Amino acid sequence: MNNGYEAVIGLETHAELSTDSKIYCDCKNAFGLEVNSQVCPICMGMPGTLPTLNEKVVDYAIMMGHALNCRINRVSKQDRKNYFYPDLPKAYQISQDDTPLCADGYVDIMVNGVERKIGVTRIHIEEDAGKLLHSDKFDGCSLVDLNRCGVPLIEIVSEPDLRSPEEAKVYLETLKSILQYLDICDCKMQEGSIRCDVNVSVHKIGEPFGTRTEMKNVNSFSAAVRGIEYEINRQISVLEAGGTISQETRRWDDVKGESVLMRSKEDAHDYRYFPEPDLRTIVVEQERIDDLKKRIPELPNRKILRYVKDWGVAQKDATFIAENIELAELFDSCMAKGRFSARAYTTWILGDLVKHLNETGKTVSQTKINADNLTDLVESIEKNVISNAGGKKVFAVLLNEDKKVSDLIEQLGLAQVSDTSELEKIADSVLAENEKSVNDYKNGKTNALGYLVGQCMKASKGKANPQMMKEIVLSKLG
Amino acid sequence: MEDKVNAYVTEDMENALKTAEDIDRRRSSGEQLGELAGIPVGIKDNISTKGLRTSCSSKMLENYVPPFNAFVVEKLKQAGVVITGKLNMDEFAMGSSTETSYFGVTRNPYDLDRIPGGSSGGSAAAVAAGEAVAAIGSDTGGSIRQPASYCGVVGLKPTYGAVSRFGLVAFASSLDQIGPITRTVEDAAMLQSAICGHDKMDATSVITEAKDYKAALTAGVKGVRIGIPKEYFGDGIDDNVKTAVMQAVKLLEQNGAVVKEISLPSTDYALSSYYIISSAEASSNLARYDGVKYGYRSENYDGLIDMYEKTRSEGFGDEVKRRIMLGTFVLSSGFYDAYYKKAKLLQRRISAEFSENFRDIDVIATPTVPSAAFKIGENFGDPVKMYATDICTVTINIAGLPAISVPCGYSVEGLPIGLQLIGDKFMEQKLLDTAYTYEKLVGGFRSPKL
Repeated sequence: MNNGYEAVIGLETHAELSTDSKIYCDCKNAFGLEVNSQVCPICMGMPGTLPTLNEKVVDYAIMMGHALNCRINRVSKQDRKNYFYPDLPKAYQISQDDTPLCADGYVDIMVNGVERKIGVTRIHIEEDAGKLLHSDKFDGCSLVDLNRCGVPLIEIVSEPDLRSPEEAKVYLETLKSILQYLDICDCKMQEGSIRCDVNVSVHKIGEPFGTRTEMKNVNSFSAAVRGIEYEINRQISVLEAGGTISQETRRWDDVKGESVLMRSKEDAHDYRYFPEPDLRTIVVEQERIDDLKKRIPELPNRKILRYVKDWGVAQKDATFIAENIELAELFDSCMAKGRFSARAYTTWILGDLVKHLNETGKTVSQTKINADNLTDLVESIEKNVISNAGGKKVFAVLLNEDKKVSDLIEQLGLAQVSDTSELEKIADSVLAENEKSVNDYKNGKTNALGYLVGQCMKASKGKANPQMMKEIVLSKLG
Repeated sequence: MEDKVNAYVTEDMENALKTAEDIDRRRSSGEQLGELAGIPVGIKDNISTKGLRTSCSSKMLENYVPPFNAFVVEKLKQAGVVITGKLNMDEFAMGSSTETSYFGVTRNPYDLDRIPGGSSGGSAAAVAAGEAVAAIGSDTGGSIRQPASYCGVVGLKPTYGAVSRFGLVAFASSLDQIGPITRTVEDAAMLQSAICGHDKMDATSVITEAKDYKAALTAGVKGVRIGIPKEYFGDGIDDNVKTAVMQAVKLLEQNGAVVKEISLPSTDYALSSYYIISSAEASSNLARYDGVKYGYRSENYDGLIDMYEKTRSEGFGDEVKRRIMLGTFVLSSGFYDAYYKKAKLLQRRISAEFSENFRDIDVIATPTVPSAAFKIGENFGDPVKMYATDICTVTINIAGLPAISVPCGYSVEGLPIGLQLIGDKFMEQKLLDTAYTYEKLVGGFRSPKL
């Protein structure tokens, strides 16, 4: 870091949960529908209405708690966070203050090949607010869309364990892939499904932590990286110029690429949290906690570590496979056969398979590729039954058709000739027909070898095992 | 009558007559109808009625018409009740006299110069004056029992969670409870049966089976153990009231009840706990009246913050503003532990004290209010004096218990006095039985001479 400074970063990440209905009423939890169409008196905060908790939200939050190695609090309560804003119809947000559903966890991430353990302070449930709409067409007014009011959120608060924008980015991407694995958030960044607030401070290495600032309105992971970079540089400049950092809330402007002061510490909100009297204490039975734990698959961050450490896969490749549940499932079941190296499979998975998926927009399960036929294919190549080029032809058919690899090799006539006497016959006739090249080779023109092997391959109609063919030609040339 | 009493904020004669005609038609066609079918009942103006203005007696909601019915309104409609209209109250149920209503004070039918009590003053006055056979009120710190006592009628505050709060415009969510105000104990039992029961829309509603309190009503108090807490008969209680209540207890004793003095020492803390908890919750519950979505919005403002400030300054009356400020203060960072948290601790202690006593008694008997109805304006402008009139009732809300006020005599000025009977959680039947026995012994409701 610049001039011996180190950055300390903590993130508060909000993820919208993909439950069917909202957190405190029966309205549909859906994005992009007509303004104020997904609302009822409850989520509009009309007088006399009461919230009732959607238990699915508790389940989802507990699953995320398990995924991030948290303690699940069997007893937690919901609290009111009071503040005035037109997108908050009750003028309080139901959240959790001092008793979050999940606490004291961590997540293992891998940054540039190095394993890092990032602490997770807490995960709590809360409701989303509506959205203000601004336009010149509104006659100087702002309008409010309450469709998002009551959409369930979890807020994941990290410890200040991140040290660089890069680490923050990997942390966020890890959270995203975990949410996708658990199938509890649709993770559509452009729809605001995941949003984060960023806390940043800087200090000289060896000195105590500096004063932190909080940055809001960070709407994408890349914006988070830009915002953190900007804030680190800004704070260092202030300190280098002899100034001090004050605890304040800033607003990130991604278009201008700068953060601006939103409110100073003196203007900080007093949210006057107190227990929500309209809801009962959340009591979760141990059995329910345990059942939810059983529903957690091996998570992508664990897979990445395993692929890299146990199987020697490059971090970039490991991440790519692990973050796609189906690719990871395919890869894991191939490897479970214990027959071929990771590399023998990743070549196909990251090459022809991903290319096909990208071109067609299909998912792995929409193709006919599975661990069995992929292993048969790898075996045919490893045993020189077919060439790599032949393998590609077989793979192209396997994508769409439920066929046996051995049948395909026969149908397509792709079996390589590896019979020595057969290959020797070919070599003999090719050498006899190409006397000039033979002489060239003997006179030291070594590139004539390539030509001769090529002619042999041609004579075999491409079926000769190229490696064996080359060796036979070489031996005959003496 | 209404000209003299001013019990209603909104009368709904047209719909009332339509419903009544419909009930008549159904009855004459031989349809079997419930015993509440066709009975005219008034609803306190903080209970949501679909299509019928629900103002909470506030300028803030002067033109607010709910798009849905409260759970209790739905239940009453199903029972065939004829809803006469919306009854006056203290603004947002904050007050003990209806003097804080934006629509003017309701007058006590026994003496038109006096307050009917509050906050359900319109409900109690309407029933006493015969402007409705019965009424539905709400009770956060005595708002059903205290006006019932002042107006010589019966008021039942059920156990917290016994009646759904869905549709009741919240004042203090953890204390609010809906209940009936009637002329007789039997009527109270009938109405309570109609409105109680579990509602999945209210998370604090307790899962209980439907009860028919009226069918189970039994006269007789033989062996019923009645506790008399000495703290409720101290210096602040008017001699007229003490005498009337003790005579009532004596009568019950003569009829077989076992009377015993008990002590509830934490009572001293109840009033301050009550004003802290209720104001804290109110400050949050009433924050939604901000001029953005419904209700009053100031006409002239400059920007969002100014709109909020002007709307709330102009839309709320002084008492509501006082409670919001008090509540905001006790929840503020740095003061929360000293006020709100401490009040919640005291709440637990008060509840525990009651539970202990209910191990060997069935019913606690106290005055409902320290004195008979005061004159209009007498306590207005002196909030502390006004708050002190709630001394006998707030504790019951703090503990979440059921209690009933039943008329037990008159002051020297001829004003009604109420006997409050308190029961353990969900012991409404025991309270109704005891009150019913007493009512039978003394002859029951006497109409005011208007």
